[in-house]
Amino acid sequence: MININILKPTSSNFQTYLYIGSALIFLGIFDVFLRSFFNINYLTFLPDSLNLFFPLIIGLIGLQMIRLEYSGNRLVDKINQNINNNSFNAGLTLIIIFLTLLIIPPALDWMILEATISGDTKEACVATEGACWTYIKVWFRRFMYGMYPNDFHWRINTAFIVLIAFAFVGYFMRGKLKNYITFYYAILYPIIAFIIINFLISGGSFGLEWVETNAWGGLSLTFIVSFFGLIFCFPLGMILALGRRSELPIIKYISIGYIEFWRGVPLITVLFMSSVMFPMFLPSDAFVDKLIRVIAAIILFEAAYVAEVIRGGLQALPRGQYDAAKSLGMGYWKMQIFVILPQALKLVIPGIANTFLALVKDTPLIFVVGLSEVVGMLQMAKTNPKWLGYAMEGYIFASILFWAICYAMSKYSQYLELKYKTER
Amino acid sequence: MSESIIQMKEVNKWFGDFQVLKDINLEVKEKQKIVVCGPSGSGKSTLIRCINRLEEHQKGQIIVDGNELSEKTKDIEKIRAEVGMVFQQFNLFPHLSILDNCTLAPIWVKKTPKKKAEEFAMKQLEQVQIADQASKFPGQLSGGQQQRAALARALCMEPKIMLFDEPTSALDPEMIKEVLDAMVNLAKAGMTMIVVTHEMGFAKEVADEVVFMDEGMIVERAKTNDFFANPKNERTKLFLSQIL
Repeated sequence: MININILKPTSSNFQTYLYIGSALIFLGIFDVFLRSFFNINYLTFLPDSLNLFFPLIIGLIGLQMIRLEYSGNRLVDKINQNINNNSFNAGLTLIIIFLTLLIIPPALDWMILEATISGDTKEACVATEGACWTYIKVWFRRFMYGMYPNDFHWRINTAFIVLIAFAFVGYFMRGKLKNYITFYYAILYPIIAFIIINFLISGGSFGLEWVETNAWGGLSLTFIVSFFGLIFCFPLGMILALGRRSELPIIKYISIGYIEFWRGVPLITVLFMSSVMFPMFLPSDAFVDKLIRVIAAIILFEAAYVAEVIRGGLQALPRGQYDAAKSLGMGYWKMQIFVILPQALKLVIPGIANTFLALVKDTPLIFVVGLSEVVGMLQMAKTNPKWLGYAMEGYIFASILFWAICYAMSKYSQYLELKYKTER
Repeated sequence: MSESIIQMKEVNKWFGDFQVLKDINLEVKEKQKIVVCGPSGSGKSTLIRCINRLEEHQKGQIIVDGNELSEKTKDIEKIRAEVGMVFQQFNLFPHLSILDNCTLAPIWVKKTPKKKAEEFAMKQLEQVQIADQASKFPGQLSGGQQQRAALARALCMEPKIMLFDEPTSALDPEMIKEVLDAMVNLAKAGMTMIVVTHEMGFAKEVADEVVFMDEGMIVERAKTNDFFANPKNERTKLFLSQIL
């Protein structure tokens, strides 16, 4: 490269170089900022190609000028170590900064400045180039509750509030009750949840009108499917993981067979089977609700994944833990419950969180059997003749919803990891 | 001091094709202290792991406190509860505090009420002088403290026999003494002990008899004084000359 030595700072002249370099970097970024936000280009006198690359070139020169090891300035040192350690990285950094600057104004325009949320019809959106949040507003109840009758939405809300309240019962268990906390969450809570959902959301008794599960949908259905999926696939997966490591050949091979079978088939086929094939095996007068069949299919499917994650944790434990538990006279179950599983489960929290996030994000697949949770409702709304052409808004809305749910779950798993962390 | 509490007759064991134990005959009487020594890979650990059936022997007979150990033994947990064991790597449960480590088995295996179990555990922890560490977790303790906690944990089951599998081999030299002291105290209290160790000082101090093993066989068994003063077997002599 030409003149590379002139651009190299030394510790004696570094101050001067730092001023000039920073000024050049600032100029480069400021130029892109002006072009992007205000559409002003002061460099039109330059030839086209040079005009385009000018900010990048002066930015690179600027970064080159401040690149000195142990400059004595902590900020500069940090920049040099992380993003300015060679010309390639410096270039990438500048390009990323420029692209961000270029993307922000149009995105901001579309999402907020030019967007509409007023009115109740498509006409409100015709005049503008921006996003049509009116569409989300009008369809909001459908996205949340599906085709569930509008008058009964309070039933879903009440059910969820009661369920959340019951979820917090564990925090208030003190003294002797504390011994039953696992029993409560593993067995009692799912039963309570089922009863509440059955009586409040499904209805049919206590003067509440019956609403068939076909009408359920939207985000509330996402929650119901994920909720039962999560709480049941975990214990089943745990048993399968133990089964696969069992010394009894029958149990071992049944577990292996189960896990390998369910891991080998795609979820979408499993859902199809549950709704199309499964009823054929039942006696003609027996009837299992479609939603229950679908949830059962998801549980059976995800349990295989959970099992393998937990098995990973079991295998990570040193053999000495088993020896110690056995030498104290513990039988198989006592050893597993008090010594092995608490340690193994702690190890696999990240893996379990992974599987659970995947489960939540797999719920939209239930559309193949005609159940429409939030993405399913989106599909329905976007093909509605009155509201054609607003798919983008819908997808962004769904993305934000799913992201918020999954991020919360991820944060919670990190909290658990920290809470149960012990030194080995 | 008459009845044998442990009897091993013609015990053989293989790991695959490799024979680890060859025709082991060993009798241990109540309150006897036996030290097992020998070069590594000679089957010492496997021998004592067979006594509480952490390893299964394939041929021969092992009788512990009147119960024969075999595939048919139904209440193996009951026998194990009477045989305490201390491991080379301590094997404390890292997710439980020291006190919980000590009370877990008494509460769930022996069905001792929690309060009583905790009192007894504290007494045992005092014996090994780490009562002040009771609420800490194993990871926060030094190796010597962990090994003493492991000893207390085993004693909380009130075992009739104690097995030690190289209890000081994983410790720093300055911590070995505190563990050995705790073991000496236990020996003086009259516990039946089988100790696999290279600590010949400990053997001389407490052992009634020393067993020397090599290549899966018991090469020599003698009263402690005889063993060190005039070993009969050539192999024993060589071993002693190297280790002393």
